[in-house]
Amino acid sequence: MVLPTVLTAPAAPPPQRAPLSRKKKRASAGYVLTVLAFLLPSAIPLTLFVLGPMVAAAWISFTEWNLITPMEFIGWENYRSLLADERTGQVFLHTIGYIAGYLPLVYIGGLALALALNQALKGRSFWRGIYFLPVVTSWIAVAIVWRWLLNPNNGVVNLALGWFGIDGPGWWTDPDWAMISIILASSWKDLGFVMVILLAGLQTINPDLYDAAKVDGAGAWNRFFNVTIPMLSPSTFFVIVISLINGFQVFDQVYAMTGGGPGGSTQVVVQQIYDLTFRYGAAGEASALSWLLFIVILAVTVIQIIGQKRWVHYG
Amino acid sequence: MAKSPRTRPRSIVLHVVVIAGAIAMFFPFLWTFITSITPGAGFSIAPQLWPENPSFEAYQTLFTERPFGRVVANSIGLALVTTLAQLFTSATAAYAFSRLPFRGRGVVFAVYLATMMIPLQVLIVPLFAELKAFGLLDTYLGALLPTFASAFGIFLLRQAVNQVPRELDEAAKLDGAGHFRVFTQIIIPNIRPALATLTVFAFMSSWNAFLWPLVVLRSPELQTLPIALAGLQGQYTTAWDVVMAGSIVSILPMLALYIFAQKYIIQGVASSGIK
Repeated sequence: MVLPTVLTAPAAPPPQRAPLSRKKKRASAGYVLTVLAFLLPSAIPLTLFVLGPMVAAAWISFTEWNLITPMEFIGWENYRSLLADERTGQVFLHTIGYIAGYLPLVYIGGLALALALNQALKGRSFWRGIYFLPVVTSWIAVAIVWRWLLNPNNGVVNLALGWFGIDGPGWWTDPDWAMISIILASSWKDLGFVMVILLAGLQTINPDLYDAAKVDGAGAWNRFFNVTIPMLSPSTFFVIVISLINGFQVFDQVYAMTGGGPGGSTQVVVQQIYDLTFRYGAAGEASALSWLLFIVILAVTVIQIIGQKRWVHYG
Repeated sequence: MAKSPRTRPRSIVLHVVVIAGAIAMFFPFLWTFITSITPGAGFSIAPQLWPENPSFEAYQTLFTERPFGRVVANSIGLALVTTLAQLFTSATAAYAFSRLPFRGRGVVFAVYLATMMIPLQVLIVPLFAELKAFGLLDTYLGALLPTFASAFGIFLLRQAVNQVPRELDEAAKLDGAGHFRVFTQIIIPNIRPALATLTVFAFMSSWNAFLWPLVVLRSPELQTLPIALAGLQGQYTTAWDVVMAGSIVSILPMLALYIFAQKYIIQGVASSGIK
């Protein structure tokens, strides 16, 4: 397939940098104090409450600890028992299952809405506003509202299905449907977020590209796949990276909708970390699992950043 | 009307998609409200689209039988302090990263950005232990301290400070202004839109925060809305009118904030996606 020539045109020149003409000199004590005064308000909390705990979590992961009695150093034992425990594989599988359902749903839905709102349409910002409403709502409220919408008893979704003579499933009370319920609620919440990102991406596409493609005789589908999709790829990339990072950390809506149940069918990684820490008093094992999660997220993100060269098109 | 026969069906399809989507997005909010004013909604009573005997008694239950007045005040208070703290720490850091060159600045900035990638879950256990050691478990301060600095806020404001022309600083410096005056009199007034975006985001993320407040705030009178809401669900398992009233109480202030500050929210999200 040949791309229209405009797509392979050289990228715009990099933005100019302000010339720096500073003389090399030893910083005066006053200057050092100034820098500290501006930097410490953020450096102190970040060190005390992010970087420090991060290092501490690594240490805790090599101990046996129930949050109360003194820690006991046990080396790699937590990691060994996590890797031997079949529940570890299960919680990762459940998390990946969540992502596999959620990501295509929000991306395709968000893209459809973004394309629709990118047209000449009356009251565009009103519609955009409606789609965006769930984004500003808390996960807990969303989860609770959807628990009610998808309630097997008097829930509106099953009532509506009943009008068509369909006997609705048990949704979050049924192990086979519980994860689907969480995916539906989550996609509903994030659809507007994805739409806004993609809409911003669509609006940066140069209209000349479409005209050039038309001149080359490209039809609507052809223009969509050869202009819109490649030019939108940086936004798509961003949506996928963010969705995977957030998806692996899914917790609030699971906690509020199913608590990991029924029968452990929606037990995701972070729910397991929470339960290990605060229900089973296994803080060392929980720290080890949280480090495993972090490493997985980091690896997935790095792979995407490396892989983007193959498909992300920076115009 | 001069509509070409080819664009009309397309425009109809477009409107059907947009309106059907909007109904799907808005209906859950409407249904939540309807349920909240249908007394006894739940196991035996299904709400009607037009309730027969609408009543606000579920809201009354929240504020009399449950400490929801206190809970709402907690949420507002924590969100305000978090927002003010983040505005201060982000603006000062942004100034340092944009206007105060020093050796190793690039590395420090990279470390700041890297903190954005650390999942909160990794920090929960050591943070819990740390605040326990400080004696700050189950206190407002314990809930607040870890939210005081945000890498996202610093990044957002640094972009804005970078766009303030340096000539303005130079002119002020010629008039004898030091860094503190340049910061307060030149930079701050020129990055107001970014400050507004950060205000909205900081407030929203504090208002909606769940995992950390859940871990640190145990007493019912210290709890924030999301925690109280999750607890409500456990207590009133079948009284859906009360649970939905709680949801409405938690959602409404964000809707108001959203309608008021839509521009800044959309800008914040859209700009995070472009770069």
